[in-house]
This record gives sequence, structure tokens and C-alpha cells, in this order.
Amino acid sequence: MTAAELKAKSVTYRKNILKYIVGAKAGHTGGSLSCIDILNVLYNGVMNVSPRNFTSPDRDRYIQSKGHCVEALFVTLADKGFFPESDLETLCKYQSHYIGHPTKKVHGVEQNTGALGHGLPIAVGTALAAKMDDKDFKVYTLLGDGELPEGSNWEAALTAAHYKLDNLCAIIDNNKLQITGTNAEVCNTDPIDGKFETFGWAVREVDGHDVQALMDVFAAMPFEPDKPSLVIAHTIKGKGVSFMENSVKWHHGVPDAAQYEAALAELGA
Amino acid sequence: MGAPITNTDPNNQPNQDVFSATLLELAKADRDIVAVTSDSRGSGKLVTFGQTLPKQIVEIGIAEQNLVGVAAGLASAGKKAFAVSPACFLTARALEQIKNDVAYSDNPVRLIGISAGVSYGALGTTHHSLHDYAVLRAINNITIVAPADNFETREAVKLAVKHQKPLYLRFGKKPMPLLTEDEGIGFEFGKGRVVKQGPDVAIIANGETVYPALQAAEKLAKESGIRATVVSMHTIKPLDAQLVLELAEKTQAIITVEEHMVNGGLGEACASLLLQNGYNKPFKMMGIPDEYTVTGSQVEILNHYGISADGIAEVVNGVLVS
Repeated sequence: MTAAELKAKSVTYRKNILKYIVGAKAGHTGGSLSCIDILNVLYNGVMNVSPRNFTSPDRDRYIQSKGHCVEALFVTLADKGFFPESDLETLCKYQSHYIGHPTKKVHGVEQNTGALGHGLPIAVGTALAAKMDDKDFKVYTLLGDGELPEGSNWEAALTAAHYKLDNLCAIIDNNKLQITGTNAEVCNTDPIDGKFETFGWAVREVDGHDVQALMDVFAAMPFEPDKPSLVIAHTIKGKGVSFMENSVKWHHGVPDAAQYEAALAELGA
Repeated sequence: MGAPITNTDPNNQPNQDVFSATLLELAKADRDIVAVTSDSRGSGKLVTFGQTLPKQIVEIGIAEQNLVGVAAGLASAGKKAFAVSPACFLTARALEQIKNDVAYSDNPVRLIGISAGVSYGALGTTHHSLHDYAVLRAINNITIVAPADNFETREAVKLAVKHQKPLYLRFGKKPMPLLTEDEGIGFEFGKGRVVKQGPDVAIIANGETVYPALQAAEKLAKESGIRATVVSMHTIKPLDAQLVLELAEKTQAIITVEEHMVNGGLGEACASLLLQNGYNKPFKMMGIPDEYTVTGSQVEILNHYGISADGIAEVVNGVLVS
């Protein structure tokens, strides 16, 4: 898929995220908008995974550690044909499988997540299994920058480097905000690159909204032989809707009717 | 049914040796079997396993949350992952990973809690695992098993390899005397093993408490003529409800014995089942009371709380008299 096509898809995905969050009257708007370009590029330009090969042991794996931004995952999976997009009209509603965090009840979801600090260890185990079986698939996991203080991430970072998991790529959706405020105010995790490099990872930084740059960085994986790869994707919480951008209030804010219309108008065609 | 073998059998192996030897034999024939350890290959008796099958052991280091998460990832990609760690840390530090990454995500990890109960004796409360039944019983989609002798341990490991669901196996450290020479009493998860039959009272125990329960039954028969049924209720969840209710029907009283705090363990599981089914006969739970244990070896601690042949016999006598 070309960069222009990916950009167009990101617009559609952003509109869908808002549409289904408004329908559900719940969701994580800001973070879903910050990470959606990453999911778009992974699913439409990088990973070998589709509804047709989802049971194949050779498929690439995506594990969304920042599970609260499930809306970004669901609209992407729907677009990939894992399930009818109309299913998302039931998002967060009584007895729906489309709950507010990733669940394997939804076709295309690899692991149940939601509690933070879980994705990276599971991704490490999956990547390790690939190495043991001499399989070529790659494992991608998306972490929020706000979940980095969870100790399990750092335990897993050690293991990934110890086992030289160059088939593993962790991506940090580095929008620099979490529910209470800035990361710097809550628990300063900077410098993220230096921490991971010291742990034995190869690190690249990228504009997390530049689809071409994202394509290029994933194509360069592994960034160094025998090292796990970390992509620090610099993003903007609420990206694409001016009044949501860089605002903590939209961490799980739900637009009212007027805000929804204004947001759609901004996103454009 | 044969006579119980005494604890003085010099050939009797420590329980964890039996676990690791069985796992090694099975793993030689199945390259998908992987032992995952948290700097615990020594205490888990996995040194030989690691030397023999170096490609089938994953060392995580002292990081239990990561241990369970990695094991879940391995399991999701088809590996038969045995995550081995001291029971106290495995089930406390990594509880959320057990809940989410293993049980909720239905990744068939075999969680192996070693040196369980008060096996670590005088090392004290930080190293005692007297909460594991309670916390894991509260989690959906996990089978909880505590074998009571080396036969049960061997069978449990064999079944664990085939068990494609989340599983917790709890092992002690020391040799556990064979409960019966008759290995014809089958071992199946979810089915209690009746290791001695008697019509008067039922003693339902598990893990390392079954042997003193059996000794208590011998003592009661000899000294008071009381004929006890003794059950190794190795599977705490799912509980063998049919057997417990049958015992409730056929005997005058039920005693439960476990190397676990009385809160949330085998006794409460039985009590809940019995109460909900209208049981109104005498019932006593034996275990560690709601306190941090006294200092001592495993045997001293268990003796202190009456978990011994004499202590169990005394409780049975008291219950039947009342």
C-alpha cells in the first residue's frame, strides 16, 4: 500500500474510532487517535497477518499492550475483514464481545490485554517460541508510554535482550500524556532510548504519524543483529482533532454531538 | 488395597525430584515441552533437565511476573510451557499474570509451584505459600492440583503435558511416602483418590497432609475402633463434588486437612459445597489458622497446628464424641 493510500486509511480509521466511541458513549479517544497510524502501517504495510492466515503458526503477531486503546485495534481489524464493521455498533454494549479492552473473543485479537505491563512479556515468550522452532514470523507489541513504570516491562526488556530476540519489535506510542497529566509529572521515564539501549535493545525514533517513516523503520528491523528492536514513535494524543490534541481531558473523553461533528469536519475527506 | 508404606523407605525420592525426572523423560520425546524457571532450576531440581535438554529450558531470572507472561507467550505459540517457581512467589507476585495472561487468555501454561505450604519452614512467612489455593480458587479457568505422593506426582506431570488448559501444580520439597502400593487406584484431575475406606468418618486431605491423615486413620482403628475413609483430594478445583457428597451421605462426620491457611482452601471449598447441599453433620477444618506461623521446620510447624497423626486423630475423636 502506498503512503498516500495509508494516509487516506488513517483518516477513515480516525473517523471510525470517533464514530464507535460516540456510539458506545465510552472509549479511549486520545490514545486511540495517537496510535492509529502505527496500527494502520503494521496491518496494511508490514505484518503478514489476515483473516485467511490467522490460524497459521507462521503468521506475524501483534499484541496490544496498551489495551485501553482497543478502538484503534477494532477499527483496524474490521477493515482487514476479521469481522463485519457493523459489529462495532455493539461496542461496550450489554453482552457484546466488543468490550473496552482486547479480548480473544474478537477474531483477530491475539491476546487478552488491558492490565498494563503485560504485552511485552507475552511478546517475548512468543518471539522466543519462534526462535526455538526456527520460524521466521515476527512479533510486534505496542506499549503506551504511560505504562512504562510497570516493572514487568523492564523484566521482559532484560529477557528479550538476553535471548537476542531480533524477531521482536516493541513500539512505544510516545504521546507523553497519561490519565493524570504529563508523563514527566506522573513518573518521568525519559530518556526512554537510553534506558532500553542500556538494557541491550536497538532503538529508533520516528514521527508516529508519518506513515512513510513508519514503513521505513519497520522495514529496517532488526535495527541491529541479535538485538530486539524498539521504535519510539513520537505521537500526539488526540491527533487529528485540534481541540483533542495534547489534552489530558480526552484520555477517555467522549465527544458530544457538536464535538463529533466538529471533529469529523476537521478530519475531512 | 495395600498397606501404607512408611516414611522411612530409603528409596523414596523427594517429590520435586520425581516431578523433574518425569518431566525430563517426557520432554526427551516431546520437543515442545519447555521448562521456564526463575533462577529456580536448583530448587526445582531442573539442573539435569537443563544439562540434558538445554534447548528446552528458558531461564528468566528472578522475575516472576515476566516468568508467567513469557510462559503465556510460549504457550500461545504451541509450546507446552512449565513455569517453575517457588509457590509463594509464583502465586503472589505474578497473580495478575496468572489471571490475565494464563487463565483469562486461556493460554495452557502449566504453573508449577515448588516448595509449597511451609516447606521452607524456618525461612518464614515470606517463603510460605499458605494463600495459593485461596487466590487461585478465585480465578476462573484454572485447575489446581496438589499431589500427595510420588505416584500422584508422576501421574500429575504426565496428565499436565496432555492438559491443554491452564493448570497449577503444587509440590512439596521432601519425600512423600506412597499412600498405597496399589497404583490401580487411578489418578485423574478432578477425581479424589480414596486411599483408605471406612464407614465412620471421612478425612479429606491433600498434598503432604494425606500421609498423616492416613496414619491417624490407622491409629484410630487400633485405639478406638473408628474406621475412617481417607481421601487424597489432590484437585482442589474443580472439586470432586460427587465424592464429597457421597462421603457426606455415608459417614458421620467430615474432617478436612491441608497445608494452607484455613481461609479459602480445601476445607472452605468442601464446606461451601456441603452447606449448599443441606449437610448438617459434624465438620471440622484443619489447617494453618489465620496467623503468621510459628518458627520451625515444616514438620514442627505442622505439628504445632495439630497437622499430625496424633493431632488429626484427636480432632476426629472430639468430633465423633460431640
